[in-house]
Amino acid sequence: MADTDEDSVYFIPDNSWFPIGIAVGLFLLVFGLGSWLNEIKAGEEPSLVAFYAGALIFAVVLYRWFAAVIDENLAGLPNARVKRSYVWGIGWFIFSEAMFFAAFFGALFYTRVLAVAWIGGEGAKGVTGDYLWPEFETAWPVVNNPDPSVFANPRESMAAPSIGNWLNYLPFWNTVILLTSSVTVHFAHTAIKDEAQGKMTLWLGVTVLLGILFLILQVEEYLEAYQELGLTLSSGIYGSTFFILTGFHGFHVTLGTFMLFIQLLRGMRGHFRPHDCFGFEASSWYWHFVDVVWVGLFLFVYVF
Amino acid sequence: MTKTVWGALSGGLATLACSGVALGDELNMPVGVTDVSRKIYDLHTDILLICVVIGLVLFSAMLWSIVRHRKAAGYEAAQFHENTRLEIAWTLIPVAILIAIAYPATRVLIDIYDTGGEDLTIEVRGYQWKWQYKYLDEDFNNTFGFFSTLTTSQDEIQNRTTKGEHYLLEVDNPLRIPTNRKVRFLVTSEDVIHAWWVPDFGIKRDAVPGILNEMWTIVQEPGVYRGQCTELCGKDHGFMPVVVEVLPEDEYDAWYTERVVAEKVRREALTRTFTGDELMAEGQRVYNTFCVACHQPNGQGVPPVYPALAEGLVTTGPRDRHIRTVYEGLPGTAMQAFGRQLDARELASVVHYERHAFGNNVGDITQPRDVINLMEGE
Amino acid sequence: MSDAVQDYAHEVVHEDHGPAKGLRRWLFTTNHKDIGTLYLWFSFLMLLIGGSMALVVRAELFQPGLQFVDPQFFNQMTTNHGLIMVFGAIMPAFVGLANWLLPMMLGAPDMALPRMNNLSFWILPFAFGLLISTLFMEGGGPNFGWTFYAPLSTTYAPDSVTFFIFGVHMMGASSIMGSINIIATILNMRAPGMTLMRMPLFVWTWLITAYLLLAVMPVLAGAVTMMLFDIHFGTSFFSAAGGGDPVLFQHIFWFFGHPEVYIMILPAFGIVSQIIPTFCRKPLFGYDSMVYAVASIAFLSFIVWAHHMFTVGMPLAGQLFFMYSTMLIAVPTGVKVFNWVSTMWRGSMTFETPMLFAIAFVVLFSIGGFSGLMLAITPADYQYHDTYFVVAHFHYVLVPGSLFSIIAAVYYWLPKWCGKMYDEGLGKLHFWLSFVGVNVTFFPQHFSGLAGMPRRIPDYALQFADFNMLSSIGAYVFGFSQVLFLYIVIKTIKSGEPATGRVWEAAHGLEWTLASPAPYHSFTHPPKVVLAEAHS
Ligand code: HEA
Ligand code: HEA
Ligand code: HEC
Ligand code: CUA
Ligand SMILES: [Cu+2]
Repeated sequence: MADTDEDSVYFIPDNSWFPIGIAVGLFLLVFGLGSWLNEIKAGEEPSLVAFYAGALIFAVVLYRWFAAVIDENLAGLPNARVKRSYVWGIGWFIFSEAMFFAAFFGALFYTRVLAVAWIGGEGAKGVTGDYLWPEFETAWPVVNNPDPSVFANPRESMAAPSIGNWLNYLPFWNTVILLTSSVTVHFAHTAIKDEAQGKMTLWLGVTVLLGILFLILQVEEYLEAYQELGLTLSSGIYGSTFFILTGFHGFHVTLGTFMLFIQLLRGMRGHFRPHDCFGFEASSWYWHFVDVVWVGLFLFVYVF
Repeated sequence: MTKTVWGALSGGLATLACSGVALGDELNMPVGVTDVSRKIYDLHTDILLICVVIGLVLFSAMLWSIVRHRKAAGYEAAQFHENTRLEIAWTLIPVAILIAIAYPATRVLIDIYDTGGEDLTIEVRGYQWKWQYKYLDEDFNNTFGFFSTLTTSQDEIQNRTTKGEHYLLEVDNPLRIPTNRKVRFLVTSEDVIHAWWVPDFGIKRDAVPGILNEMWTIVQEPGVYRGQCTELCGKDHGFMPVVVEVLPEDEYDAWYTERVVAEKVRREALTRTFTGDELMAEGQRVYNTFCVACHQPNGQGVPPVYPALAEGLVTTGPRDRHIRTVYEGLPGTAMQAFGRQLDARELASVVHYERHAFGNNVGDITQPRDVINLMEGE
Repeated sequence: MSDAVQDYAHEVVHEDHGPAKGLRRWLFTTNHKDIGTLYLWFSFLMLLIGGSMALVVRAELFQPGLQFVDPQFFNQMTTNHGLIMVFGAIMPAFVGLANWLLPMMLGAPDMALPRMNNLSFWILPFAFGLLISTLFMEGGGPNFGWTFYAPLSTTYAPDSVTFFIFGVHMMGASSIMGSINIIATILNMRAPGMTLMRMPLFVWTWLITAYLLLAVMPVLAGAVTMMLFDIHFGTSFFSAAGGGDPVLFQHIFWFFGHPEVYIMILPAFGIVSQIIPTFCRKPLFGYDSMVYAVASIAFLSFIVWAHHMFTVGMPLAGQLFFMYSTMLIAVPTGVKVFNWVSTMWRGSMTFETPMLFAIAFVVLFSIGGFSGLMLAITPADYQYHDTYFVVAHFHYVLVPGSLFSIIAAVYYWLPKWCGKMYDEGLGKLHFWLSFVGVNVTFFPQHFSGLAGMPRRIPDYALQFADFNMLSSIGAYVFGFSQVLFLYIVIKTIKSGEPATGRVWEAAHGLEWTLASPAPYHSFTHPPKVVLAEAHS
């Protein structure tokens, strides 16, 4: 580790009220959300004070926190070494997010390959189907549930049509959009390296718009699923895995778009230098990650 | 000082020595009465001994250095470290030992998985908190079946009277199987996960709702064998024993024929009309077997979790709703759909009983016909 | 090695700007020592709460019959005992130790991301507050075991399960931020010359543990999220009626759960590897092989999870795979045990309290490991599974394993932290009470388990009575000796004899080059680490 002397003095922030603020906000948020869900389940009038209070505190403190970090950065307090810590931080955070999705992909593969086969009377534990579910046939997507009186059947699934008909297939266009956005965000990065403010604004703006477009189409798709296909969260395992995977992905896209939007605002204020644009880079890595997850989704949820 | 360290080590060794003693009866895994259980016992003994020996070598080495290589005795520290040969040895020798264990273990496991070729098939279904056994014919049709529920009294459990010999390990209807025949069990559950275990047979399998597991046994010695539910299944997980009575083959056959006849009689009774007293008597029996765990002997329940039935809205309200509640259960609560466990006569009786017990007195009558008409008519 | 690094102690003290005063210091701190202290006290509080729950369990099991609590409450006690001990006592204690020690061992001024560090801590009191408050909610708290198998934890759970789920999410968030911080600190803040293969073993074990945490905490979050959806949004992940499978839950849970148990033991390995060489006055026998062994254990831990599920009815090939892979873990673990023993061999040993706990660790952890190996033998596990044999196994690896290592660490580094020496006589007394107590509590459980006593039951058949009585007595002895520990620590902080900088005659490592107590900002200027013997 060949550190210059300047490099070796690590920036330690002073005492800060942000962490405890976030902790309080988070607590109120989840406590409120939990009460809300339980009240809905019990058919009671939900009381949302704690939830909104928590969300507000959380949002305000987070805003202040990030603002503080940005100010520190503009003031040149953190040196290259601190920034390396940030890089490690975001990198491994993205890894943990990948593992979060891995749990849902695991559920998808397990149910698809093992559980549905067994319940349908095939494979090592086919006796399950023979004896307990004689009516049920193994198939994926599952459109006839083992017990439709408990989990209503969807009318149709979201499975992809043959490749020739993809031009009419919304998830295909969503794939195109997201892949394109990964390229545009890269152009924005190059623009920062070239110190081309205008180009940066352009490409980052396009990326944000693509993100929003993706989300609009995703909402469109959900509406169709709920209203026309009868495909819902509670329509059996296909709907369960479909919505949990695409839903959490959509949530991450929302987050990513928001992050990029903030970077856009910062970029327009000239916060970035060719070798000092961590906020932007972190958001763009996150964006690439969200993109990769989508490719996995497109392949395993829609196509195969 | 020397003493304390001696103590520490001899403590460790003493515990190990105890595990040697553990090879005596009582304290150890039962040898059991099946081929499989005996093989498992042997495996268990082998691994235990191997571990004890490794442990003894290891702890003796430690003890030696603790006694000899201590500063208090003026011992100067050597400064050696790393020795490739030694390190290879203590990697490879354990590997060899493990292979030596894995080989017989694999063989036993393959034996255990050798399903098929059974002489009879029994469905074992776990419920909160009892077992149901169904004797199936070749086409998986139910010839007859029954529930098996704990009979230990609340007085014993609450320490109000002395506990019997088979405290917590006794049931009203034990599962009966013959000796020397291969019995195949199909294990599943109605609600949460349970596990069916008889130590003397060396078999244990989870009962998973909606999923079927298979296992089998051949028991050589007649007798009564006891086990327990071994997967946490809620409040009375500790109170759902497994009791199996293994009968000599001819006795078993006699009993089996008798049960098949009795079953015919029972099915005919579903269309008869009963008197109020008959319904009350049968209803009380059903209530005490199926409902009492939650709704309590006096019908007071355990509010707010288990509602009181005395002066309850449902139990004193319209009869059809009452029948429906018991038959279909209340989805999403612990109140199960008893229509899948009880026959029409039992359902009618328990409904009638609940409407006329615990101080309730609705004054109507509920016949098996009423249940069938209401529930199966739709 | 005393001159391996220059002594920076005197220099640093002058630049030290001390902590803020009063409550603000603890709420707003960004200092690794303050945060470490918070973690350690929090985990001790959780040990007392979780331990008290175990004492309720042991009181009920003192005799057959129901005497003190009803079965419903009993289940809540076992569940919360498990959860609080695992997530509240053991894990935060290790994070607290990491906070205190990593910067000092690496020659850094603090942790890499100090504000996030404080956040990881402050989430915890709220998460456990939420968890414990469920016990007072209508319908009671979690009663489905710390493994919360569906559908007992979904369709059949009390309403409070929703809060339990969010509580787990919060603990997960805390652990993930904590691990990110630890990784960034270790990879980025080493003093010049502190190469990876010179790092103290405690640092190594924590680095690998942090990766385990990052890989599995999100999976746990996924599992509880699916539960949440099954409960509130009608999905059917864990219901065969909709094409799901309750066993899916177990696969996901144990994919987290098995690495989790190594998360609770790897830092313990690290601690013991620091302590034993010190009191043997001899370098660790095989530093490199220790590092590789930890890495192999971590790797294997991802492919053994279904050994907790031998009775769920997996296909034969699956059973065999998980049996073999589980057995393999004995090899790298053996390497570690053999290394400790050969470090002791021909050393010049003394037996201060930390060393006593470390020796007991090696012996009793091995016994726990042996019973683990027995459990790994699938056919035999059919008999052991869900009996007290399993309870005995995991308490041997967790209590005289993880917990003893934490206690040893506190005795070992406390003089460095507060500059004062603990009372050796009392420390030894604490050790002997704990040692006897722990064995009296858990050794008989092997026998009740083999004789057939299932776990998680509030009442048992008469043949198990003697062992249970013994076990309950041991539990109270062990439990109350931890109150003695509390007394010893407080006494040390208040009125211990001043400690020297090096504290132990043969202590090695950067932390001992600092003054005792260590300055508020450990190394404001990185020391130059010149010799390979930087680690002990
Ligand atoms: C710190 C925690 C910890 C640790 C380190 C371990 C270590 C091991 N565990 Fe344990 N385990 C738990 C915590 C832990 N476990 C918990 C909490 C549960 C129960 C969860 C629940 O259901 O609630 C559990 C349950 C559990 C089961 C499931 C039992 C059941 O439910 O039926 C199994 C089965 O394989 C198992 C195996 C092992 C093995 C093989 C090891 C190995 O890592 C041990 C390796 C060590 C040694 C073997 C000793 C030293 C080695 C030598 C001296 C070398 C030479 C030795 C030989 C060649 C034999 N454990
Ligand atoms: C992670 C660590 C850990 C630790 C340290 C312990 C510590 C102890 N455990 Fe724990 N235990 C688990 C993890 C742990 N356990 C897990 C994971 C389970 C499985 C749960 C499940 O089935 O889901 C379990 C289950 C379990 C059971 C089985 C319950 C059942 O299956 O029904 C039992 C029974 O004896 C038990 C006993 C004990 C005892 C006596 C201690 C003792 O070491 C405790 C010592 C006591 C104290 C340290 C408390 C001291 C406090 C006081 C003296 C009071 C003072 C009070 C104030 C000042 C307020 N435990
Ligand atoms: C495992 C516990 C359990 C068992 C066993 C059980 N019940 Fe229930 N029962 C419940 C619960 C819980 C409710 C309340 C559900 C709710 O509405 O929240 C309930 C509700 C009822 C009600 C409606 C009461 C009301 O006022 O809402 C009736 C009637 C009833 N049970 C009858 C029976 C009968 C008859 C049996 C036996 C054949 C039985 N129960 C066995 C748990 C149980
Ligand atoms: Cu049924 Cu436990
Ligand atoms: Cu494990």
